[in-house]
Amino acid sequence: MIHVGTSTRRFAAIGAVLAIVVSACSSAATPAPAIPATATPAPASQAAASQAAASPSAASLAPCGTVNIAVNPWVGYRADAAVVGYLLKNQLGCTVVDKNLDEQPSWQGFPTGEVDVILENWGHEDLAAKYITTDKVAQDAGQTGNEGIIGWYVPKFFVDANPDILTAKTDPTVLNKYAAQFKTSESGDKGQLLDGATSFVTNDQGMINGFGLNFKVVYSGSEAASNKAIQSAIDKQQPIIAYYYTPNWFSAKVALVHIELPAWTTGCDTNPKLIKCDYPPYHLNKVVSTKFATSGSPAYTLISKFNWTNDDQNLVASYIQSDNMSDDDAAKKWLDANTAKWQAWLP
Amino acid sequence: MTAIAGVLTRQVEISVPRWVQLIALFGIGAVLYVLLQGTSTQPHDDGAPLFLTLNGVRDWVEANRTINPVFVYVLGPIRDGIDLLDQAVTFALAQVSWVGLMAIAGSISLVLVSWRTALLVTGSLLAIGLLSLWTETIQTLVLIVNSVALALAIGIPLGVLAGRNDRFLRVVTPILDVMQIMPTFAYLSPLTLIFLIGPASAVIATLIYAMPPAIRITALGIRGVPGETVEAATSLGATDSQVLRKVQLPIARRTIGLAVNQTIMMALSIIVIAALINAPGLGESIIVAIEGLKFGDAVAAGAAIVLLAMVLDRITASASQAGPPPVVAIGPLRVTRRTVRIVGLTIAAIGVVGGMVANVGPVFPPAWHVGIAKPLDDGVRWVEINLGSATDAVKNAVSYALFNPVQTVLTTAPWWLVVAIIAGIAAIVTGIRAAIVVAVALALIVALQVWEHAMETLMMVMVSVVITMAIGVALGVWAARSRLVSGILRPLNDAAQTLPSFVYLLPAVALFGASRFTAILAAIIYAIPAVVRLVEDGVRGVSTTVIEAATASGANRMQLIVKVLLPMARRSLLVAANQGVVLVLAMVVLGGLVGGQALGFDVVDGFSQRDFFGRGIAAALGIVLLGIVLDRITQGAGERRSVRGVVGRLGVGLNSNRVTREA
Repeated sequence: MIHVGTSTRRFAAIGAVLAIVVSACSSAATPAPAIPATATPAPASQAAASQAAASPSAASLAPCGTVNIAVNPWVGYRADAAVVGYLLKNQLGCTVVDKNLDEQPSWQGFPTGEVDVILENWGHEDLAAKYITTDKVAQDAGQTGNEGIIGWYVPKFFVDANPDILTAKTDPTVLNKYAAQFKTSESGDKGQLLDGATSFVTNDQGMINGFGLNFKVVYSGSEAASNKAIQSAIDKQQPIIAYYYTPNWFSAKVALVHIELPAWTTGCDTNPKLIKCDYPPYHLNKVVSTKFATSGSPAYTLISKFNWTNDDQNLVASYIQSDNMSDDDAAKKWLDANTAKWQAWLP
Repeated sequence: MTAIAGVLTRQVEISVPRWVQLIALFGIGAVLYVLLQGTSTQPHDDGAPLFLTLNGVRDWVEANRTINPVFVYVLGPIRDGIDLLDQAVTFALAQVSWVGLMAIAGSISLVLVSWRTALLVTGSLLAIGLLSLWTETIQTLVLIVNSVALALAIGIPLGVLAGRNDRFLRVVTPILDVMQIMPTFAYLSPLTLIFLIGPASAVIATLIYAMPPAIRITALGIRGVPGETVEAATSLGATDSQVLRKVQLPIARRTIGLAVNQTIMMALSIIVIAALINAPGLGESIIVAIEGLKFGDAVAAGAAIVLLAMVLDRITASASQAGPPPVVAIGPLRVTRRTVRIVGLTIAAIGVVGGMVANVGPVFPPAWHVGIAKPLDDGVRWVEINLGSATDAVKNAVSYALFNPVQTVLTTAPWWLVVAIIAGIAAIVTGIRAAIVVAVALALIVALQVWEHAMETLMMVMVSVVITMAIGVALGVWAARSRLVSGILRPLNDAAQTLPSFVYLLPAVALFGASRFTAILAAIIYAIPAVVRLVEDGVRGVSTTVIEAATASGANRMQLIVKVLLPMARRSLLVAANQGVVLVLAMVVLGGLVGGQALGFDVVDGFSQRDFFGRGIAAALGIVLLGIVLDRITQGAGERRSVRGVVGRLGVGLNSNRVTREA
């Protein structure tokens, strides 16, 4: 044993030294990214096309610092965050920290500075009243340009076969006729209404109560899980009725029909346990912490100017979810093709 | 109820076999159910007064957070202090390049453990880098360092106290039990209410879960010091504090090292849940992957957690050893410890300085990336496409034939009948004291107004545990009897037990959609490794003489297993059942994220929807109570109290292998 020892020892020592040298050299050859969040690997193939979108032109502006963006769990929101984040990093030299949070916990981050920005807010009048009006720790930063619709959707083939389901707009109880067809193993003897993530804005239980429907709300747990359930139902031509919303890259892709219910009027949804109307239209807006808004950061100006269409968002969202692109790659692809739009957002 | 239980226990002494008692109990229960079905039920009401009261508490806290002295002078500074700690550790780690960190980790393991471990540790870190998860791993490391440091700072002194003071141990043991049965999930809402989202809440959530082993094992270590040694010291005139510092602590040093190791492992197992309240890092990667149903990404992040766990485990496990011998063998070669230390220091220095000089930066080069996500995603898609219809049929068959009927019975039976029968089972299986605890806990669930959902959760746990035990015992016995099977299962079990539970949800969702079936399947996959391991150890422990005697007297293989091995390994089976129940409950609750409904859903919902805050808190308490009920029932005839009382429950979550070995 001992006589082979020296060579092994030498071998081990050489190995250790080699490893260090190799790692040091190769890392010296790789450009060192300055800060974690700004590391944006741009694929070489696209680097040539990147012209404007990659060169910081922020010399005359105040330093940006760190921007904490809440990222809520649906792909449309991620598309907003991808595009805004990319511009903040590459145009204004900001450090962007994405915080993956649910809607309501995001607001909790305003008073402490955990969260600076919510990029796509769906209503939340109660939170706005508390954090904006009462506590004054947050403020509205304008519309995103996206018009939000929440409602109940069924596949087109089902509506074609059962056109009278559309009369739910005047008489929602027509849905009870189809409850048995929407039944699943999870909904007992009632029809299943498939909701999304538990954190999403929903009146569904109140509406079921209010309209007197024989349905049970079952949560898929996430937008992606809902998409999968809907896709699979369409593939198998099985009936499904689901809570869904636009803007949404997926509903733009599959044949879904919005089953309208008696229209929303002011105050018809004040009692959450008993609601006799459809969802209100949502004018999606941005909310920022007061601290961030008054910091003088150029990031605030860009965020307050940020405004695009549902189609824009759907496109970037489909890059991310359907084409499996990274957030930065998806943002860059869109930005390169829409220079005029994003240049209007610059401070 | 207790009267019934009492009568039944007395019958034990008149030696009616337990299975006859159980059948009698179920018989009476069935008759009463048929007669009384639908009466005294506790239908769920989202607007229960208790929920609204809890919402009111929340509103009060929010209104008073900035003015109430408790918040301003106590809780606020705690939050700020932890935030500061978080920033300091983050800053410190960012000063060292990734090459430097790898060199430091490698040389620490070289000096403290062995060159093999050093290679393993460095290789693991390199693999994490190649998975493009370096930044996330460092963020996770910060959370682990902070929460473990605090857990040890609080836990070790409490453990010493529990080791020296019987009364304190008695008081603290049930509290630790609850801390460990309680799914972490359950305290996120109250924590963020008090500390808001951010590092402080994440660290405290981790701390609550990771501290119990620190206390338990430290106490065990102190108690393990022989009484004669302490007496000898005292008789030589040592003061109380001298006995502690010069005798008990040094002798218990090894065991306390194990406490450090276990605390780290426990902390790692809950980082995914901490991510729900804005703890950045690998946990967040997993949450994002789950939201997008990206199985491959989830596995990559899970693998990074396993690798990080391995690194921390190997390094800290050495602390519980006696330390390397003065002459170390590196393969066939022998070097002195001094040389090893010098080599280690040199490597670390070269790494740190080299990294600085070469300006490597704290981030692993993103260009060096080995993607593992795509083949995994493709695999899942293939299964979806090709097995999609079959899985649907299975899900529906099992749901309609098994889940729904059991759930209907539990929710339509009078609540007092369910309480009486479960308490009766506890009395027969474990004893009258357990029965009383069980009855009280169930009554409290009724008082919390979450009975119906608790029964739905109970259904899922019962079904999962039965299946888990069936598969786990079969595999465990097989592994114990076959070297080959054991060799295959062991590394699988190791990885499976370290992989964050959330990762199991994804393949289950891919196959079965959002449903109770998914939650149950994930729970079964999650709990099986621990059961297999405990059963295997138990069966292996049966003495060869007994086996030879049985074989000699003509027992065939089946008879040997059923009549000899399993009865002889009964204690291990009980521990396995108990572990299985606790693990299954934790996972079934997480199933609330993927259509699992019931209490788990209520907790998730309470966390993300303000209107349901109160219901979420009540459901969280309901889960804790349900955990106590299931734990008590499966604690067996009380004979394993000695083992389990102190270390037994360590195995929850991670590394039950080590625990079994220690125990």
